[in-house]
Formats: sequence, structure tokens, C-alpha cells
Amino acid sequence: MSSRVYLDHAATTPMLPQARAAWIAESERAGNPSSLHASGRRRRQVVEEARESIAALLNVRPSAIVFTSGGTEADNLAVKGLFWAERQARGATTILSSSVEHHAVLDPLVWLEQEQAASVEWLPVDGLGRVSVDDVLTRLAGSDPVALCTVMWANNELGTVQPVQRIADACRAAGVPFHTDAVQALGHVPMDLGALGATAVTISSHKLGGPFGVGALILDPTRAATPVLHGGGQERDVRSGTLDAPAIAAFAVAVEHAVRGQEQRAQHLIALREHLRNGVAAAVPGAVVNGDLGTGPDERLPGNLHVSFPGCEGDLLLMLLDAAGIDCSTGSACTAGIPEPSHVLLAMGADEATARSSLRFSLSESSSREDVDAVIAALPGVVERAARAGSVAGRTG
Amino acid sequence: MRVIAAMSGGVDSSVAAARLVDAGHEVVGVHLALSKAAAAAGGTKGCCTLDDARDARRIADHLGIPFYVWDLSDRFREAVIDDFLAEYERGRTPNPCIRCNERIKFAAVLERALAMDFDAVATGHYARIVQGPAGPELHRAVDPAKDQSYVLGVLGRAQLEHTLLPLGGDVKEAIRAEAAERGLLVARKPDSHDICFIPDGDTAAFVRSRVDSAPGDIVDAVSGEVIGHHEGAHSFTIGQRRGLGLRVPAEDGAPRYVVDVDIVTSTVRVGAPELLDVDRIEGENPTWTGTPLGAEETSLAVQVRAHGAAVPARVRVEDDRLVVDLESPIRVLAAGQSVVVYDDSRVVGSATVDRTHRVVAA
Repeated sequence: MSSRVYLDHAATTPMLPQARAAWIAESERAGNPSSLHASGRRRRQVVEEARESIAALLNVRPSAIVFTSGGTEADNLAVKGLFWAERQARGATTILSSSVEHHAVLDPLVWLEQEQAASVEWLPVDGLGRVSVDDVLTRLAGSDPVALCTVMWANNELGTVQPVQRIADACRAAGVPFHTDAVQALGHVPMDLGALGATAVTISSHKLGGPFGVGALILDPTRAATPVLHGGGQERDVRSGTLDAPAIAAFAVAVEHAVRGQEQRAQHLIALREHLRNGVAAAVPGAVVNGDLGTGPDERLPGNLHVSFPGCEGDLLLMLLDAAGIDCSTGSACTAGIPEPSHVLLAMGADEATARSSLRFSLSESSSREDVDAVIAALPGVVERAARAGSVAGRTG
Repeated sequence: MRVIAAMSGGVDSSVAAARLVDAGHEVVGVHLALSKAAAAAGGTKGCCTLDDARDARRIADHLGIPFYVWDLSDRFREAVIDDFLAEYERGRTPNPCIRCNERIKFAAVLERALAMDFDAVATGHYARIVQGPAGPELHRAVDPAKDQSYVLGVLGRAQLEHTLLPLGGDVKEAIRAEAAERGLLVARKPDSHDICFIPDGDTAAFVRSRVDSAPGDIVDAVSGEVIGHHEGAHSFTIGQRRGLGLRVPAEDGAPRYVVDVDIVTSTVRVGAPELLDVDRIEGENPTWTGTPLGAEETSLAVQVRAHGAAVPARVRVEDDRLVVDLESPIRVLAAGQSVVVYDDSRVVGSATVDRTHRVVAA
């Protein structure tokens, strides 16, 4: 099992040695960051240094950083918290979002619609999975006051980068809060949140080589957001809960690594990704690469390749690659262990069979040409068997 | 061999998978998600709940084998649940477990497995596959109390060639003991008895809420006198005694049974148990585990319910229909049930009952 080829870094990526070292060092100490004694102050210092480091790297004020338990919590806080605050302040109940959001945004939105009388306007996407800025502008100019606009920075399945700068500009001009889930984008595209001017941005630690269970919502300090978690009043009363100092210290190390190495990483990943893309095309002539084929930072995440194999089920491809020692993903979410067709591909106009026939390979800086070559070598046999299984699937019963 | 082990999360399929691993096979565990509703509702009964999927996953961890969930819920709905309701709509009493074996476990799953270069599918059913002179034969399990050869009677030779049933040579108690010995956390899990897609066990309510059913009369089968009313004929099964709601007692005070359900006129006929005696069975769509029977009458035995004994009968095939003349009558048999033909312990074939001849005409 040690020689496995791991190409599912968008799901999670191994912890960096320097992040692990920071976590271990901090885990050996006592003290709650909210305590007033020396041990507590010492702990608080670690948290504040991490906050300042992350803020500096992303070009925001330290007070903007709200530590959370991860990306899902940060998304929930942004979506629900900003919606509730704006509804109370302005009576606005309309939310703009894309139809390809991660479930951590999608499901809170659906919940707000069903339980909180929100009205969500789902922005359509084009064949590359990208929303149109004109659509955003049109809706911002509509008669219903918009409480919130939330559009992810880069899609977790397709790697498609959204025009977040122009959407942020449009929202700022209209006086509407803008949130973006940047969980997949951080470390892979240049990120200057001061220049972006979004109201709220979600980031997550374990996608960067930091520990699980920690993330942040970078929330404009001048904006109110109604808390989702009430309690001890930590994190400027927006997010209560004891701060996990070891995890936060390691998270800051991972953010530093992600931001400082971004450009070099992108070059490495694009070269590797293109090698994989060409190899897959040659090995499996029927394969279709989905999403934007561009290599720019506003086009596609450098480490992402998303491929449909017509006539095959992604689950079976995954299972056969798994047996061949390769870890990848179908890219779509699992409900109760039952695979669902990708809502992202469906939103892009794909039929259900296509939406079930895809694999996502996601690379990291630790990925090698050997890893990619292993996938290219395994694919023809795997696809052949999965296609055979697919052809019998319709016959029975 | 490369084997797909169907893992329900129960004791039997867990031990079956464990034995195959021990035997040196390359085993991949697959849990079949057959009902999305059951999983989503978080129910704890039935065969495809979250608990069961979790148990199956943990057994696979324990055995060190890969594990996947295969979503066959759409296929299951069409091939098993819709069929189940359609049969009730026709006034028949289907056996969905047999349909599931015929169309899902040993069809969709097996075909998929073979297409992916697996050699066989294994389950925890209690029955034995024995190599005979002409190929694999399906036999009863050694544990008569657990024998499930009846629900596997629909399998054909091509399926038997790629099926492994590791438990047929043991009694249930031994399997439970083995599960405990192996440290499998499901060793004490109770057996499942219900129809998996009706977790509360109320089949009549399930059918009533899904099949259009008109109210009608309950009629004395002999006198023709109307003695009661019902809310819908579809939820009555031949042989049923409870739930008739009759106020008028029978003249002789004896219990009355449903002896006939007429869906067209929505009439339920009731009468004495003798009216349920059947001496001839005709079945449609016969299937054969090996060589088919012919027009010539053969003395064999037939079984008409999952937990029952086989009874002697003369069996032949006429116009692709199985015709069974029973040596002595059996009581109660609804159309839609399976009749399975045995030659001693060997399963010969099966058919779906569509006509019966009663000893006493009502």
C-alpha cells in the first residue's frame, strides 16, 4: 500500500513536515488562548501570530481572520451569517449564487430557501462551468434587493476559475456583500484579498498541507455577520468556541507555504497536468476532457484534470484504478455512501450518464511524472473493463 | 479467483467474505444500496440502512479488503419494487427476494463483476453448489432450518458457474460462533426477516398506499352471501385469516380464510380451510438449474414457500409451463409465489405459480 499513486489532492493533501512540527510543538503546551494567565497569554500569542501571518500573506487586516473548524463551517457562517445580517439590516432576502457551488455553500442556500424564506437566484454556467459577469450585473440591477452574492473562486470538480474579481467589483458597486469559497484556489492561483475586496472568503487548512479541522472565514471587519455558533464570544463574537492553537499555528505554516510557492507550484502542476491530459487522450481516444483547457490563473486550476469516459461509470473506473494502486475521485459528492451524478456537470448541460462517467485527477507539488505515467498506463485496461460493465448494465431485469 | 463478495452487513455475508479471504481469493466487498429512501431515513431495520452499510464497511476493514457501495436503487425499484406492486395489482402475492436474486444479485451484480474480469460473486445464502457430472448443481444447505435454496431456485447454470456460496455446509449456530471467533462485530446481530423495502413489516399498508384499490364486498365463498366489506382487495392474500373484520360468525363457528381475491370485481371470498386445498399447480416462466424437464412426467418433489418442506409430486412441462400434480394436496397457495422443484436435495428448477386447482370447488 505504500507505493500508491495518490492523485486526489483536491480532496485532501498530506500534511507538510513543517506544519506537523508546528502542531507538535504547540500541542506540548498548556493553556486556553482565552485565559488571562501567562499560559493563556502564551497560547493567545501563538494564535495572534498565526492570524497576523495569514493576514499578511493574503493582504488583509488581522482582524478580518475568523478561525473556524474548516471550510464547511466558514461557508455556513458566510452564507447564513451574512444573509441573516442583511435581511435584518435591509430586509433583503434574495441571494445570488452559481449552480456549481460546493455542497458546503449549496446546501446552506437550499436550507435558507426552504426554512428561512430566502429566494436564491441560481446563476447558470456555460459549457466550461463558468458564470457570466453580465448575469450577475443584470441581477444586481434587478428590483429585488440582493442580500448576498456567493460564487466560488474555483470549482472543486472541474477546476474552472470564476471571474471573482469582476463579480467582487460589481457587488461592491451595488453595495451587496460578496462571499467566495476559495478552498480549492488558495495556493494554486495568485491571491490578493486586499485587491479582491470581497466581503468574505473561505479557506481551509487540510487542502494546503495543514491539519484537518481548521479553516478560516476572512470577513471584512466592518461587516456584521450573525453568528451560527453562540458561546464564549471568541473571534469577535462571530464564532464562539475555544481556539485550537496547535491547529491554527500549523494552518498558518501551511498558508505561508501555499502562498509563497504558488507561482512555481503552478508551473510544475501545469506541465504535469498537460502531460496527463495528452497521455489520457492518446491512451483512451474516446475520453473527453471537461472544463476550461486554458492554463491561465483565471482559467483553470493548474493541478486539476477532469475527464469523462463515455459508456463507463465513474464509480467502476475508480474501483478498478483503486485495484491498480491509483487513488483518484469521481469528483462528485457522496450521500450516505451512495454516489450521485455530479451536479456540476449537470449544470453544465451534461446528461446524467455523462455526469456519472467522470474522474477527477488532482495533482500536488509532490506529484511526479511517474505518478502520471502510472495512470496513463493503467487507463486503457481499466476503461475497457468499465465499458464492458457499462454495456451489460442496461440489459438486465 | 477474483471474487465480488456481496456484503449486506449481516453475520452471514460477513463470514462468507471472511472465508473467501482465508481461502486465498482476491476478494472485493460490495454493499448494494437498494433503497435510497431507507438509507436517507436513517432507519435501523431492513437490509440497506446506514447501519448496515457501516457494518459492511467495518467488516471489510477488518478483513483488509477493498469495499465499495454500488447504487442499484434505480434498478431495484424497477425490477423488484415495481414488479412487486404490479403483481399485487394483478391480485397475486409475489416473492420480492426471489426477484432480487434473479434480477439484481445474480444478474446486474454478477454481469458487472464478470465484465470487470472478476470470476465470481459470493453471497451468504445457505445453499450449496456441488460439482455434478454435467456441471454445477444447486443443493439444499445442510442446515434445514436455514436452507435458502428455495430463493435461489431461479438461478441457471451460467449463474451457478460464477457463484460461490461458502456457508451451505454449516449450520447457522456454527456461523455465528465463527463470526464471534473471528472478532466480527456483527456476530450477535439479529437475522433479518422483513422485506427490505418495507422496514416496518406492514406489507398490506405498503401495498394499499401505492396501488389504486376500490372498496368491495367480502362474500361467503359457498353461499355467495355478502358478509362484510373491505377497503381494497389488493392487500388480501389467499389463506389470510386475520384482519378480515367480519362481524357475522360462520355458521359452524369455524375460522374463515380468504379463499379467492377477484381484483376485477373487488370481491374477497372467504370460507372454510378445506377450500384452500390445492392438488395441481401450474407455473409460468420456468427456469432450470441444469437440464430442463420435458413433457414426460417425472416423480420429484416441490416446495412452494421459503420455509416449508418439499412434497412429492409428478412434474412435467407443457407449452413452456410447469405442471405439477401433487401426490397429496397442500393447503394455501397464492398465485405469484414460486414453486421450486427438487430431486432429493438438488434444485431442478422453478416457476411462478399462476394457476392452481382446488380439491374442493367453492
